[in-house]
Amino acid sequence: MATSSKNITTAPSNGTGTTPARLEVLKTYKIYIGGQFPRTESGRYYIPVNAAGRQLANVCLSSRKDFREAVVAARAAFGGWSSRAAFNRGQILYRMAEMLEGRKTQFIEELLLQDSNRRAAEKEVNLAIDRLIYYAGWTDKYQQLFSAVNPVASSHFNFSAPEPMGVVAIIAPQDTSLLGLVSVMAPVIAGGNTCVLLGAEKKPLCAVTFAEVLNSSDLPGGVVNILTGQPDELAPWMADHMDVNAVIYCGQDTALQQLLRERSAGNLKRITIHDVTDWEENEGQSPYFIMDTQEIKTTWHPVENIAGAGGGY
Amino acid sequence: MPATGSSRSSSSKTEPRLSFSLSPHIDQVGVEERASRFTTRSIKKEAKQNGLRLVLNMIDLTTLEGKDSEGKVKQLCYKAMHPHDALPGLPTVAAVCVYPSLVRTARQALGNSGIKVASVATAFPSGQAPRDIKLRDTRYAVNEGADEIDMVISRGKFHAGEYNFVFDEIAAIKEACGEARLKVILETGELGTYDKVRRASDIAMHAGADFIKTSTGKIQPAATMPVTLVMLEAIRDYYFKTGRMVGMKPAGGISKSKLALHYLVMVKEVLGEAWLSNEWFRFGASSLANDVLMQLVKEQTGIYQSSNYFSVD
Amino acid sequence: MAVQKKKQPRRSNTIKLKFDTSWTYAPAPESRSVAQIAPEYDLFINGTWQKPSSGEYFDTINPADEKVLSRVAAANEKDVDKAVSAARQAYDKVWRRMPAKERAKYIFRIARMIQEKARELAVIESLDGGKPIRESRDFDVPAAANHFFYYAGWADKLEYAFPNRQCSPLGVAGQIIPWNFPLLMAAWKIAPALATGNTVVLKPAETTPLTALKLAAILQEADLPPGVVNILTGAGATGAAIVNHPDINKIAFTGSTEVGKLIQRAIAGTPKKATLELGGKAANIIFEDAPIDQAVEGVINGIFFNQGHVCCAGSRLYVQESVAAEVIRKLKHRIETLIVGDPLDKNTDIGAINSRQQLDTIHRYLAIGKKEGAEMYESSCALPRKGFFCRPTIFTNVAQSNRIAQEEIFGPVLAILTFRTDDEVIEKANNTPYGLSAGVWTDKGSKIFNMTKRLRAGVVWANTFNKFDPTSPFGGYKESGYGREGGLHGLLPYLSLR
Repeated sequence: MATSSKNITTAPSNGTGTTPARLEVLKTYKIYIGGQFPRTESGRYYIPVNAAGRQLANVCLSSRKDFREAVVAARAAFGGWSSRAAFNRGQILYRMAEMLEGRKTQFIEELLLQDSNRRAAEKEVNLAIDRLIYYAGWTDKYQQLFSAVNPVASSHFNFSAPEPMGVVAIIAPQDTSLLGLVSVMAPVIAGGNTCVLLGAEKKPLCAVTFAEVLNSSDLPGGVVNILTGQPDELAPWMADHMDVNAVIYCGQDTALQQLLRERSAGNLKRITIHDVTDWEENEGQSPYFIMDTQEIKTTWHPVENIAGAGGGY
Repeated sequence: MPATGSSRSSSSKTEPRLSFSLSPHIDQVGVEERASRFTTRSIKKEAKQNGLRLVLNMIDLTTLEGKDSEGKVKQLCYKAMHPHDALPGLPTVAAVCVYPSLVRTARQALGNSGIKVASVATAFPSGQAPRDIKLRDTRYAVNEGADEIDMVISRGKFHAGEYNFVFDEIAAIKEACGEARLKVILETGELGTYDKVRRASDIAMHAGADFIKTSTGKIQPAATMPVTLVMLEAIRDYYFKTGRMVGMKPAGGISKSKLALHYLVMVKEVLGEAWLSNEWFRFGASSLANDVLMQLVKEQTGIYQSSNYFSVD
Repeated sequence: MAVQKKKQPRRSNTIKLKFDTSWTYAPAPESRSVAQIAPEYDLFINGTWQKPSSGEYFDTINPADEKVLSRVAAANEKDVDKAVSAARQAYDKVWRRMPAKERAKYIFRIARMIQEKARELAVIESLDGGKPIRESRDFDVPAAANHFFYYAGWADKLEYAFPNRQCSPLGVAGQIIPWNFPLLMAAWKIAPALATGNTVVLKPAETTPLTALKLAAILQEADLPPGVVNILTGAGATGAAIVNHPDINKIAFTGSTEVGKLIQRAIAGTPKKATLELGGKAANIIFEDAPIDQAVEGVINGIFFNQGHVCCAGSRLYVQESVAAEVIRKLKHRIETLIVGDPLDKNTDIGAINSRQQLDTIHRYLAIGKKEGAEMYESSCALPRKGFFCRPTIFTNVAQSNRIAQEEIFGPVLAILTFRTDDEVIEKANNTPYGLSAGVWTDKGSKIFNMTKRLRAGVVWANTFNKFDPTSPFGGYKESGYGREGGLHGLLPYLSLR
């Protein structure tokens, strides 16, 4: 499989200028909504350029309507995904890691195109795979860690346990193409949420290719929806949307942070901001990230106490 | 599957029968919480005086011992008619309750005082006898002059799920009572759960009980507020469905005025005005009367009393 | 099988029970003499009582007779600044440096002192807020003491609370509390803040400042270091000054969703953390196999507790159609036995509505309900001639789209809707922007777990309602706010984890 020619259609695929023996089939970078790969409804595209000045691809410049469609898909997928057995969610995350492992070379090549070097690229992909494994292991454990049986004074059984918030809009870290996206997405879906994820604007290739991993991982359509485009453009729509329960923003743009916080007040979305997290380090993974998009539900039920009338045990 | 119990819509034996497993469920914690709410009512001053007189007037002054004699019963009857002559204008108790063999004695002693003679019957307290003996026991007491018959249900049959048997037995005793009013003792202390108390109440009422009664006084726990509440609510539901009033008699364990007033509060707030008389509500008690008298004297004199000044009969 | 009868059993007839009985309860008023209320209260800043810099005071009245109880100071921005700097000083110099076990002992001491003064606090709570003495005595005050006691024990055990994380306090917490549970909300706010090492500037609601001021006196008596807790009275402007103060690290607010949103917007550009505990429109669901009488009692307690001034009140009742007639009949009977009147009478079940403004709001909703075509039924009880009172009221024939079924009324008003299937009721129950609490009544265990899981609310009561405990986290989903108060989970909003 040719991997050295992830180039935009205007450039010859082997870069030599001569007519190749076989014309390479180029990949169209589309967005991922509800388990399908549509183009942006807007018909808009942009061409990210790497440090070497090379045009990477015609990438969808997703619109607010794409976001809207993605939220609809995410909402529709929420009931099913959140009620999956935690074990099953773990299996699917593990499957995602398996699929990513199998396509390692492709991601490394894409990372190389997006200004990485081979060593760093390999490390990033390996870390991304390991991160999926990490969260695959958490899906049926974080509840045990963060639940409580509360010893209330009355004759009731009372317990508190985490539950997914619902639909989460994510603006992925902009400085990595793959690892940041995987790192913020995995805890969200490990916890049973569904999400709409906006990839790195300038390094969007892995986001789209990762959607292909998702699509072959038994992950139900709509659980993760991936858009490419501009954070500045989509952030206000994310903050305003009344059917989004939480927003995760990874970035240092304080104006954007304020905008998200302010406009999320419309339906009191929960906001998580990652502005200093180093995704390559251990701090880039934690069950506490799962808890960022969990609510705590407390349930009460009376406990019969017939023996209290004089009996015992 | 045998048909059990009678229809909810009528007490007539000729009605086709429905299952008493349809009796509503009772949540233990909830019913006990509700019952304890009644105890927070503050009964002071004239409310207390009026309440205590009402309590006195609702008492079935009871002696049910192997060593009961004519002399003892005569003394008790005098007490029933003259609760405390030092305090003029007191109401009498409602009835004197004795074993069948002493009914005639009581009948003669009470004369035309208006105080009823109640007799236990049906192999009281265990009820472990064949039906024909129970019927003879009942007819004997009625013939001796009993105005009211306090029967016991066959708890063993009830626990065995033979609701038909229990129903038919009550209906047969009711028939044997003739003009006498029938109180059906559920012996709630042997039933074990509020669900069963409710079911037994429903069976008894549908089989023709004029009163339902908690206990023989021979088994602990005897009457409690929550048990009585469950039975009062059964009476209310039966009244709503059929329009027929059924009386209530908690018995055993109510020896203090304050507790008796809590019961009165409960009757007032569950069934209301119609049940606030000794025609529809009774206390089965032996030592309650004296405590009520002491409290009444205290209310009148303002001085705390000693039991030495109140006759023990 | 039993032979099925052709004729259906007779449906409910129209028999009514009469609760206006010849035997009545005499008045049983709790004595006011145990309550010492000063004619005027200043601001509690840095451990001392300080005059408001504006010199302004406002009246706090007894909603049961509209008489003035006391005058309390109105804090302005300057006073807030003073209080915040006192809190900052206390945080830097005293509170966060103090060994945690000593911090714990202060909080334990506060709990004990509340217990010692329980009777006085209960009377003042009922006088100032209108809630029945039975509730202030049996619920509010003991629960407040218990909350301090619970969190006191956490102070030196925080390292066990969050596995693999070290936690540290945030700094100065600005806390704004509502008028429905004045002392209890103060406890819910102050206790976890202090246990985690934060210092506090707290503003009680303007209609119910007195127990918070009494609490200030208790803090003084407990020798709590000056500035650790500051209590500022005032209205919305005082609250806004706290929210906007640059040296506050954390806002904890309990109140309306509307104000909660304003707060989120106001602090959007700042590093302040927030906990918001906001409105609700809880669904209370009765299935046909429920323990009906306990369910009815749960519904009564769910909506008429504290005059319905409860954010988690079960204000939407969903009854399965097959038992709707029975449940409604029982509810109508039950509300006749609720005693409405003098909050200080020990037999009162429903006291005074907290303010004229709130009473007007409730009346507006009653009019809306009738206009929307719902059937209104209210208790026949007489109301006192003075003061702000409202009869317990239920609406039947309510539609999901009615405003009385969608908006928080915050009064003794129940909207009753019916349903047929589990899926239908789940959809309707979750069909609200709120998500604070919910209730389910059924005898079937597997159904309980299905329902409690699918209801989108932070607190779900099954076969019970309106239960609270210091160990039990409380807080909402969606527009009912975020963060939890109570229990282990209630520590997190006052900590940063590393």
